[in-house]
Amino acid sequence: MRGGVVIGVAALACLAVPGVGAPEDPLVERGRNVYTASCVSCHGPEGQGVLSPTRGSGGIVGLGPPLRGVGARAADFYLRTGYMPLRDPSDQPRRQRPLLSDREIDAVAAYVGSLGGPPVPKPHPERGSLREGLELFTEYCAGCHQVVGEGGVVNGAVAPPLGRATAVQIAEAVRIGPYVMPRFSRRHISDRQLDSIVRYVQASQDPEDAGGWGIGHLGPVPEGMVAWLIAGSALVLVAVAIGKRLKEGDE
Amino acid sequence: MSVLRFLRRVLVLALLLVLRRRRGRRQSAIPSETLVGLHTPTHVYVYTGTPAREPDLRAELLVLVLLGVGTVCAVAFVVVHALDRLPRQTQLLGLSLGLAFALFAAAAIVFGTRLVAQDEHEENYGPEEHEQDQAGVAHILDETGDRITRKRLLKLAAGGAAGALGVALLTPAVSLGPVLDVGALSRTPWRRGRGLVDRAGRPLRADDIEIGTFYTAFPAGASHDEIGSPLIVVRLEPAELDLPPGRKGWAPEGILAYSKICTHAGCAINLYRTPLFEPTAPRAALVCPCHYSTFDPARGAKVLFGPAGRPLPQLPLEIASGGALRAGGPFSGRIGPAWWGVRRS
Repeated sequence: MRGGVVIGVAALACLAVPGVGAPEDPLVERGRNVYTASCVSCHGPEGQGVLSPTRGSGGIVGLGPPLRGVGARAADFYLRTGYMPLRDPSDQPRRQRPLLSDREIDAVAAYVGSLGGPPVPKPHPERGSLREGLELFTEYCAGCHQVVGEGGVVNGAVAPPLGRATAVQIAEAVRIGPYVMPRFSRRHISDRQLDSIVRYVQASQDPEDAGGWGIGHLGPVPEGMVAWLIAGSALVLVAVAIGKRLKEGDE
Repeated sequence: MSVLRFLRRVLVLALLLVLRRRRGRRQSAIPSETLVGLHTPTHVYVYTGTPAREPDLRAELLVLVLLGVGTVCAVAFVVVHALDRLPRQTQLLGLSLGLAFALFAAAAIVFGTRLVAQDEHEENYGPEEHEQDQAGVAHILDETGDRITRKRLLKLAAGGAAGALGVALLTPAVSLGPVLDVGALSRTPWRRGRGLVDRAGRPLRADDIEIGTFYTAFPAGASHDEIGSPLIVVRLEPAELDLPPGRKGWAPEGILAYSKICTHAGCAINLYRTPLFEPTAPRAALVCPCHYSTFDPARGAKVLFGPAGRPLPQLPLEIASGGALRAGGPFSGRIGPAWWGVRRS
């Protein structure tokens, strides 16, 4: 046990000191350049973070967490979802078109990964169980994201809809816990359970409708709107029509 | 998409129908010769339509049949609701209640058009003298019931229909659970020494509980389904804790356990807002997904926001010698939702 820890620490130390002994990977080098251009004002020159608001070049107020130890996993997630770069550090990151190209994202992920931390996960939803996925999703995720993955609010933040989340992004988010989301370690949710959750989310993205009109699969709110607005006004119209007709028949 | 198109077509048709009716009506003004009038300087009486008509036995029978079949449908709703294992129960429930409503509506239409006298009485009230007005109204009222021969039977049928419909509408409330047994709202299996287990029954150990996530725990050797059973367990830095006085030692290593049942409406708390980078995000909180009651886990689940009237009851924790978590005593307060007098205490 102790031996394992020592080896782990040694491995981390090697990862944390790039360029010592071995020449730097060109991908990492390119990533460092992109990082310096796009990320450095909030996350610091070597990923050490900016822990109190600091006015940097161009009048940008930088404030951001350290990236040492977050790994390629976090860099890949935040950049591919368009969460980063963020215009204002106090905003909640929201999904949008990624600013960087795929190749640039690969490079930055390699650079941030070289500072230490977990790699990009490889989920296998085909190995998961849909039933277990529903149970786990209901217990841990549905409070915010709704059981159909349509998103919602936690006061003070928005829980994003999961319709466009890829398998890798789902696995990353569960482990990272972006913004105010809880984060779930392997001890809490195993990789096999995570496969089931990913499988469930993918099923919720493309639900099998047994017939009828899904109305966005949001549940009672749109159903109530349909009942009150459409069915209600149809009923009123029918009642008016019947009333007119009866009056006419009388005269 | 095709459903939307269909609905739009129905709406347009209904609109056209109403508009056409209105135009048709404007053309058919009432010829003034048919008006039987009585003019005084201050009063104008106008009677239109036919005077007293013959009893309409067929219409009466039709109303009775419609009410009777409607009553059967409403009773069928109750029966279908009671038979829990019926295939396609939802569809049958909708069919029976819908038919009941439709039949009662038809009965009302037939009654209104064919049995109630349809005379109109327009009047301008003068400043004095009401005798003649009253005479006119009384005349119409006398006429109203003329056509009905089996008044008591009709009343009985209408009463039965209303009763059956009322019972049908109240039946689903039975599914809300036992009405008179409120003891379950305050029963809890948590006693000093009872271990915390996860959903699968495995004991929860203090080492398992990590910062930045939440766990659902249940009492070892007791039902998981009681309202007083589930706990939400989180770990915070011990330095962040600011528990109410008298709760020293309730959160060993910063591990906190609260009742998972919201003190407002009894939903399960399963939102844990936990900032990844504190300077730019809202602070940690337990949130109920139903009405967004927000509780501060570091301060004894004090209510930060929302309709909940009191904090979540806290369960004192102990770490057994083997590292397993167990209860150090009963809850700090009454568990379960607010009801009657139980809102703030």
